[in-house]
Amino acid sequence: MESEPENVDSADTAEVRSDGSGDVSLRGVTKDFGSFTAVDDIDLDIADGEFFTMLGPSGCGKTTTLRMIAGFEQPTAGKVLIDGKDVAGEPPYKRPTNTVFQNYALFPHMTLEENVAFGLKRKKVPKAEIQRRVSEELERVGLGREAKRKPAQLSGGQQQRVALARALVNLPKVLLLDEPLGALDLKLRKGLQVELKRIQEEVGITFVYVTHDQEEALTMSDRIAVMNQGRIEQCADPEQVYEKPSTTFVAGFIGVSNLLPAEVRGGNEVSIVDGPTVTTPDAGRFSAGENLFAVVRPEKLDVSSPGEGPADRPGIEGIVESSLFLGTATQLGVKVADDSKLTVLVPNASEEERHRLPGGGAKVHLSWEPEHMHLVTESPNGSGPNGAGAGEVSTSEEQQQGEEAK
Amino acid sequence: MTTLRQRLVPYGLMSPGLLWLALFFVVPMFFMAWFSVSSGSLEAGWSLTWTFSNYTDAISNYTTQFGRSFLYAGAATILCLLLGYPLAYAIAFKAGRWQNLMLFAVIAPFFTTYLIRTIAWKTILEDSSPVVSFLKTIQVLPSDGRVLATSAAVIAGLTYNFLPFMVLPLYASLERLDLRLLEASKDLYASATQTFFRVTLPLTAPGIIAGVLLTFIPAVGDYVNATFLGGVNQSMIGNVIQAQYLVINDYATAAALSFTLMIIILIAVMLYIRFAGTEALMGDEEEASA
Repeated sequence: MESEPENVDSADTAEVRSDGSGDVSLRGVTKDFGSFTAVDDIDLDIADGEFFTMLGPSGCGKTTTLRMIAGFEQPTAGKVLIDGKDVAGEPPYKRPTNTVFQNYALFPHMTLEENVAFGLKRKKVPKAEIQRRVSEELERVGLGREAKRKPAQLSGGQQQRVALARALVNLPKVLLLDEPLGALDLKLRKGLQVELKRIQEEVGITFVYVTHDQEEALTMSDRIAVMNQGRIEQCADPEQVYEKPSTTFVAGFIGVSNLLPAEVRGGNEVSIVDGPTVTTPDAGRFSAGENLFAVVRPEKLDVSSPGEGPADRPGIEGIVESSLFLGTATQLGVKVADDSKLTVLVPNASEEERHRLPGGGAKVHLSWEPEHMHLVTESPNGSGPNGAGAGEVSTSEEQQQGEEAK
Repeated sequence: MTTLRQRLVPYGLMSPGLLWLALFFVVPMFFMAWFSVSSGSLEAGWSLTWTFSNYTDAISNYTTQFGRSFLYAGAATILCLLLGYPLAYAIAFKAGRWQNLMLFAVIAPFFTTYLIRTIAWKTILEDSSPVVSFLKTIQVLPSDGRVLATSAAVIAGLTYNFLPFMVLPLYASLERLDLRLLEASKDLYASATQTFFRVTLPLTAPGIIAGVLLTFIPAVGDYVNATFLGGVNQSMIGNVIQAQYLVINDYATAAALSFTLMIIILIAVMLYIRFAGTEALMGDEEEASA
């Protein structure tokens, strides 16, 4: 088997997968559970071969959406199309999708080999081919030598790899991943993020990935749909979502939200409440008098002594409330108004510089480049600037713990 | 000090139970063993004579009843499994808010004594009962046929009486089943039937094994069902033992029969666990140790 030339293998692989592309479309998809609307009229187009992530807090409808693509749930209204074909009413085993489940759902009574071979056996693939593909797939995820073991004898990270192999071996058009790394510790998760991305690029299958971890989403995705209360708040590439969030919710959920209430003056002018009036082309998108928020990411804020701020840049005065040493940076919490706090991230360039940073109670001037300021509207779903992730650097670790505490 | 106390704690916890077992299990077993190789009579008294022919006589005289007991108990166990599995499955997955009520219904018969319930069945199945005449009217039963005093009646009675012992362990193992595994199976192209035989059934094997043992063992030694629902040709080994002890007062034969039955059951159970149970039980062990 191993002596077979490489190109024969890939020709084989291509042959199995050549029956159409893996693009997924949702048209007005709604899912009600009794009186609760889990997914509210969603439209989505996922391209073939894309690494697409649905990101949001728990209960935002991301997993339900994934389950409707997989066929475990039927939409209350709307259509799910895979490869342009309406899959309404089709059970999971008739769809060209495979799922990597949260907590893996490996069959405990079967060896790894039997787990991975399960789908191929059901599809009546010839025995020799099953054997070849299963061992190839286990090699790919680095578990070739553990083939005869049972899932309970593996670590969490290894089980996760088996779950991935068990799905990928079937060469689905679309691979659905439901928080596949959620149960793993931070370090392992980082390693597997890189590996998942590598595997996705290698096999070229459409990945639809569900997570509540913004960092994970930013690292791996081609595009991210940020979801909140059953709706998509923004769907764009990671850079866009981070640099140009469209709503307060997105700004808050992705990274740290530094939201300053502001009012559009007209033209390209926007004035920050209790702060400067800034000229930015971004303001041109809105009409005069509109109330919204200005977002400046923590790493884009510069700290200087009060009154000494650069005159050519917009700025605001505040009082340092907290100072946290994070290793690579120092995080300052600066109160700029009674109900408004900005987080500043100062890179840890030199020890000397770090010691010069103002401490608690000190007055400071914060300034930024006008182009680093982005305007967002209030989230239509009512989750305001104090929504999830707001006001603090929430590492994925913390979010994970929060999730589990529920 | 503390370590000594800590070491004594497990013994302290075990001793009441062990004492109880010693008194009410080991001591009677010893007397039974003694009787089984003794000779004598109730009037003349019993003496230990190492009469092993008690065993050979008991087995050769009552081979039919032994065979019948295992046949009836086996049939009842299979019926219990066939009836109990869908029932336990429905209670575990489909009952919704009726789940507790249905579980209660399964154990509700225990609120009436076993004896009364079996006698009630005798009334239901006797020749002049409405049930039997209805069966005759719809010609399921010939006009001179009867239900009482047939093998079918005894097996039906055993099945009825032991069904809860099958349903409860099955329910416990089904209820523990991770439903995501069934989703995973369907996601991997298995139909509902394939999912049942490849995933659900193997993963609930411990429940099946427990249910089979809990049903089969007491059913083999049962004599109540055969007494009330069977006739002369339906008597089981339990009836023989009961008669030998309490009617004929031949303690030696009764004890030898009891021991023979016990040994056969032990061997049967050990073979059963060895062949049917290895995978499920071993699988469980591995899970626990990991």
